[in-house]
Amino acid sequence: MVSEQTLQQWVNEAVGAISSASDLDELKSARLAHSGDKSPIAGASRSLGSVPPEDRAQFGKLIGDARGTVSLALEARKEVLEALRDEKVLLEEVVDVTLPSARVHRGGLHPITILKNEICDFFIAQGYGVAEGPELEAEWLNFDALNIHADHPARTMQDTFFVEPLEARLVLRTHTSPVQIRTMLENEPPIYVICPGRTFRADELDATHTPVFSQVEGLVVDRGITMANLKGTLDLFARKMFGDEAITRLRPSFFPFTEPSAEVDVFFNGGWIEWGGCGMVNPRVLVACGIDPAEYSGFAFGMGLERTLMVRHGITDLRDIVEGDLRFSRAFGVGL
Amino acid sequence: MRIPLSWIREYASISDTITAEEIALALVGVGFEVEGIEYQGKDISGPVVVGRVLKIEEITEFKKAIRWVELDCGESSTRSVICGASNFAANDLVLVALPGAVLSGNFVIGQRQTYGKVSDGMICSSRELGIGEDHSGILVLPANSAALGFDAIELLEINDVIFDIAVNPDRGYALSLRGMAREVATALGVEFTDPVHAIKTDIFATTGKGIVPKIDDSTGVSVICIRTLDHFDPKAESPLWMRRRIEKCGMRSISLAVDVTNYVMLELGQPLHAFDRARIEGSLHIRRAGKTKIFTTLDGQERKLFVEDLLVADDGKALALAGTMGGADSEVGITTSSLVIEAARFDPISIAKNARRHKLSTEASRRFERGVDPSLAEYASARAASLLISYGGATHVDSQRDGEPRYSPIVELDPHFIATLTGADISLDQVREKLILVGCDIEEKCASLWRVDPPSWRSDLLTQADLVEEVARLVGYDAIPSLLPAHPLSPGLTIFQRRIRILAQLLVDRGLVEVHNYPFTSAKTLKEMGYKGERASAFRIANPLSEDAPLLRTHLIPGLIETAARNISRGARDFGLFEIGTIFRNITSPNAIENPPTDRRPSQKTIDQIYAGVPSQPIHVGGVLIGNAQSEDWRGRGRDYDWNDAIEFAESILLACHIPWTIQRSDFAPWHPGRCAELLVHGKVIAHAGELHPRVVAAFGLPMRSCAFVVNLSSIPEHQTLTAPTVGTMPVAVQDIALIVDHAVTSAQVVQALKDGAGEMLESVVLFDRYDKIGEGKISLAYTLTFRAPDRTLTGVEISKMREAAVDAARIKLGATLRSA
Repeated sequence: MVSEQTLQQWVNEAVGAISSASDLDELKSARLAHSGDKSPIAGASRSLGSVPPEDRAQFGKLIGDARGTVSLALEARKEVLEALRDEKVLLEEVVDVTLPSARVHRGGLHPITILKNEICDFFIAQGYGVAEGPELEAEWLNFDALNIHADHPARTMQDTFFVEPLEARLVLRTHTSPVQIRTMLENEPPIYVICPGRTFRADELDATHTPVFSQVEGLVVDRGITMANLKGTLDLFARKMFGDEAITRLRPSFFPFTEPSAEVDVFFNGGWIEWGGCGMVNPRVLVACGIDPAEYSGFAFGMGLERTLMVRHGITDLRDIVEGDLRFSRAFGVGL
Repeated sequence: MRIPLSWIREYASISDTITAEEIALALVGVGFEVEGIEYQGKDISGPVVVGRVLKIEEITEFKKAIRWVELDCGESSTRSVICGASNFAANDLVLVALPGAVLSGNFVIGQRQTYGKVSDGMICSSRELGIGEDHSGILVLPANSAALGFDAIELLEINDVIFDIAVNPDRGYALSLRGMAREVATALGVEFTDPVHAIKTDIFATTGKGIVPKIDDSTGVSVICIRTLDHFDPKAESPLWMRRRIEKCGMRSISLAVDVTNYVMLELGQPLHAFDRARIEGSLHIRRAGKTKIFTTLDGQERKLFVEDLLVADDGKALALAGTMGGADSEVGITTSSLVIEAARFDPISIAKNARRHKLSTEASRRFERGVDPSLAEYASARAASLLISYGGATHVDSQRDGEPRYSPIVELDPHFIATLTGADISLDQVREKLILVGCDIEEKCASLWRVDPPSWRSDLLTQADLVEEVARLVGYDAIPSLLPAHPLSPGLTIFQRRIRILAQLLVDRGLVEVHNYPFTSAKTLKEMGYKGERASAFRIANPLSEDAPLLRTHLIPGLIETAARNISRGARDFGLFEIGTIFRNITSPNAIENPPTDRRPSQKTIDQIYAGVPSQPIHVGGVLIGNAQSEDWRGRGRDYDWNDAIEFAESILLACHIPWTIQRSDFAPWHPGRCAELLVHGKVIAHAGELHPRVVAAFGLPMRSCAFVVNLSSIPEHQTLTAPTVGTMPVAVQDIALIVDHAVTSAQVVQALKDGAGEMLESVVLFDRYDKIGEGKISLAYTLTFRAPDRTLTGVEISKMREAAVDAARIKLGATLRSA
């Protein structure tokens, strides 16, 4: 029977060999030598049968404790050495994470679309609907109903694209105002809508003109609507477009479809910028749409989206907006 | 309109301490856009004096003809200067800059040695004095117009401020000094003197010895005044002050008779015309052209007249295109001594039409179109006659009038309405004060009813709303508070609007760039695309900007191809573009439409007709795919976009809209006839996708195998609210099969047969291999079938049965055989 001291010495030797193993191979050797079948502890375990019965229980416990200690030491060391091995192997698999990652091309929304979406969301939050209408439009809806009489200069072929045959009285709409007329013809007040869309005027393309451009107009018809309401709406809209510092100024002006009429200027980047037109809906326009001006009043406003974009983003040449160069739209991304 | 401050001051008592900038700001506040302020003579300093040419010596030995000129400048001795101009003669009065003077452009005058002489100053041109653009010769003054040695800067009122003001089309009265001075005075709150009050009309008698006006067409004119003058000296020159004022307003001085009519027009706003009496036979008629066919205007243009043109005519022939331009034949000439001054209040629309029909926008037509004060015909003609008598030695023969001035009606106003509509705190006292400033007379019937009589020059003040604007602009728009209206509920975006927004986002996420193309195209392009039927039927613009693109697009692809080509020319290689936009097809023959009046809502029938006359304009989404889908880079070779990618884009759009579709081959321009798919929803084709026709690709310079897709968004039905799927958690069973079919059999047909045969437990079918080299017109298609039951693990027997059923269905429907391993 092996003495307790001898057994303890074997355990100490085993733990020493295990903790000094510097890699998994050395640990394996230490395991075979100190806890394998040929190890002294295994030999002692096998001799249990020859131990006198009265000592057997105690000796068995000593052996068991010894094996347990060695086994725990092996597990602990194995965990440490495996982690070391992994660390080394994974380090060898290092990559240059700065290599280009893009697989598909980077897309981009047209900035006019982004602006239009932003404006729609803003006005929807203010209780408006978004009304749209045809680009090839009835002359009556584009002009007559808006109090633009038959001999108004805007109705000449110099300014407006007419479509053949002329007796069909179709024009490429010169503003989105015919959508306002359609809205008033189709709905009873209260009316709160914005009308975004493409519009057309017979101007040659250059840095500041384009025959095809975009507008957003707003129309409110309700009981008790005042010019103060128009001003309040424009102030909020201007701050949304140009930042919290933006202030607006109304200048008396003339449009056939509003009375009183005004130009809207915005103070932006240290100067007054002409932004759009507005006014109180001319009672004649309400009458043409069957709305009683004695009961209802309204305001309307209109801005060019290209102009807004140019002012806001420092675009100096309108052609960049209309020519469809990928590099231009791509820079605006998904619209965040 | 250009207006000189010196002239405004004559009618508005503006204090000297008020700057030009302050005046401009005040004008903006009351609604007049100041487009420019020109400080004339700001950079000029004397001495510049009046001198007389005594002697001219022509010097010819130099390359350029030069004059050596001796001048009397009112000094103790004469002085001599070198001059390069030759438009003057001995005895002429000229302006001489003496050494020490600084002329326009910081041009310092000194005594200098030149052409072998010592030049002791310089004779000036208009441009050198900063008063005009004329530099063709030196400025020669009218004889006896100034004393020798007189300060030219004072004489010519060189130091002046000219405002350039944009006048809105409803404010005809403001196209005059009278109108603008009134606005300046009102804006600044200073006193205004109406120049009309100084004009005497009762000194001119009706004698019957002159020309008599006759209004034959009272729709074209309300009143006309004629003054016949005699003994006019055609050689009389315009006084210097008049010339200067005309020039400052941007017009040219021509002759005394013409200058007087222009001067009075600028002063009062009433266009006038001077005729040579000798050319008038009988009376002066205002009539429509009717049978008069041809007329030569004084610009020398022979014009074909329109029946409706409004004319001034004598008993036989046309004398003027009324309110627009006079005739060459009756123009006041160098021998004219008997004159007829005509001033009329023409109908604005008649004159607008005259000008439009003849593309002839003149100073006169611009004023008549905007409305001229009807009381002015009398006063302006008298003012012109007085000036011609004073400066041209003329005598009055006869004054005649036909018609009566027609004034705007009285407007009934509830004065509280001003505050109601503006939302501003404007008192009745303010309303009264401002309306009187505008020139209105007010009869206050009661607190809520005022009868407002607008002034003669304000034909634009017709309704309560017009009066609101007048009061509001004079109170100042700044006085209006900023208040949001009560907050209604928003309907939000429509399903269609949401779809457009999300689909654009989807295409961008897949690497495409959005463009907005002009919707213009040409017959040549439609032909090159190979369009037939609907897409060959384009609307034509009656007045296109360019004959290169006079049609409206019928399809999005041509615009996308052109923009792709533009990007390629700028160096782009691999990219995809898309556009969401309207297309126009001329497929319903448009009816003639009569525009109804707007004094009331048209009948529903009329509204329906107007709506029906507008062709339907569907919204499409289209895209083109150029070059690589995935670029060649450090990971290895790239992958070209191919027909299959284009189809996937179209399918992803329908998938996003939750609309099931079927797909089949199509031969549809401008696609490759063998590589184009059409997508059908409820049996209706709503999309095409695939590779573009090689001929089209070549014609527009795109790389071979470029691809495209188009989906008609307006035709995609709205989808129902989705029912959520049941997510199966039982294990899947996967089976691979390879089928041999005839090459004409499509994958879509095989998949449909497999689905039909396998039954509901077939979760997915994926084609993992396609082999077309087995010969005899056969191909092999290999699929992975994935089965799953909702409630149990499938047994081997069940799986085999379903798999066999799937293969059987493909065999029976399509003649497919299982490919042996």
